Amino acid sequence: MHARADAADTAPNWPDDIFATLQRFDVRQVPYVPDAGHSKLIQRVLGSTTMRGIPLTTEEEGVALLAGAWTGGQRGVLLMQSSGVGNCINMLSLIPILRFPFLTLVTMRGEWGEFNPWQVPMGSTTQGVFELSGVKVLRASNAAEVPAVLEAAAAQAYNALTPTAVLLSQRLIGAKVFTR
Amino acid sequence: MSKANLLDRRQVVSALFADRKDVVAIGGLGASTNDMCAAGDHARNFYLWGGMGGAAMIGLGLALAQPKLPVLVITGDGEMLMGMGSLATIGLQKPSNLSIVVLDNEAYGETGGQTSHTSAAADLVGVAKACGIGDARAISTMAEVAAFAKAVHDVSAGPRFANVKIDSASLERILPSRDGTYIVNRIRGELGFQPI
Repeated sequence: MHARADAADTAPNWPDDIFATLQRFDVRQVPYVPDAGHSKLIQRVLGSTTMRGIPLTTEEEGVALLAGAWTGGQRGVLLMQSSGVGNCINMLSLIPILRFPFLTLVTMRGEWGEFNPWQVPMGSTTQGVFELSGVKVLRASNAAEVPAVLEAAAAQAYNALTPTAVLLSQRLIGAKVFTR
Repeated sequence: MSKANLLDRRQVVSALFADRKDVVAIGGLGASTNDMCAAGDHARNFYLWGGMGGAAMIGLGLALAQPKLPVLVITGDGEMLMGMGSLATIGLQKPSNLSIVVLDNEAYGETGGQTSHTSAAADLVGVAKACGIGDARAISTMAEVAAFAKAVHDVSAGPRFANVKIDSASLERILPSRDGTYIVNRIRGELGFQPI
């Protein structure tokens, strides 16, 4: 159905780097709405004995889930794609009110060679939505910088309770190419 | 407006807490969170003043983190309707220590009593069942409430769901704390967690 451009044909290694960082920070609950860019990381999570992958029907569920997890003593991370960020907006208000550690990893659409115009509006406002909602934004644009960005994001989210989103750029993931 | 034979919401919530022991309870935005406070403030009460549609998911996160503790979500029909997808998420995870009670007055009581979808069409018990929550009950008597309250303590047989038809009387507001950080840290302290 589709191929990937500007990305290796073989499965990339950066999702393994992310998984290792999450493991090191003792992340236990991993709510997600699937995205092709997150597929390898989701596989790793579902195969893990310490993390629980939790498929959601909509991304805002994940924000509320992480509040409950923290109240019960566990850390979590929310995996979604940029379109899902808009679905979260009101629920993001829980973060400053309840003051729980919030880390989300967002695969970007609507940038860097996007084919589908319908992805562009939300992809263009993803960073702004987070910043207006009090979530700090870090970005990884190539595989080499993923480990350092993840380390910084996890450290400030879990140690300093600084709500943080990591945007995994479409350049890193590879633009989705639609073919007949 | 009130129909005959509908239950009183405060009596229902008091009965749910009659012998609460170690239950951690989450009150959904709206009158439910006030009802929980009216039954007596408690260090294991999680009061929501916002985040509409999130009560059941907060319950799921807590239930998965603390599988030996009974976790009870008490919310209204409007709040549950907004988070209806979370019933599918919970049906998939099947946390055996999670119970959800909907206080269903078929109306948005906080905003002027506009009728909700449960007044004419939506069947939340049917939704819960169809989402894989096997123990889903429609409750109309206090005896059934008492039986459900007892079941909440069985942390091996959930998840369970109950829709309780209550009357639409608007009661005096009993307001819990609005300080979310205090509420969360009070529960965490109860569970033995230190501040960061």
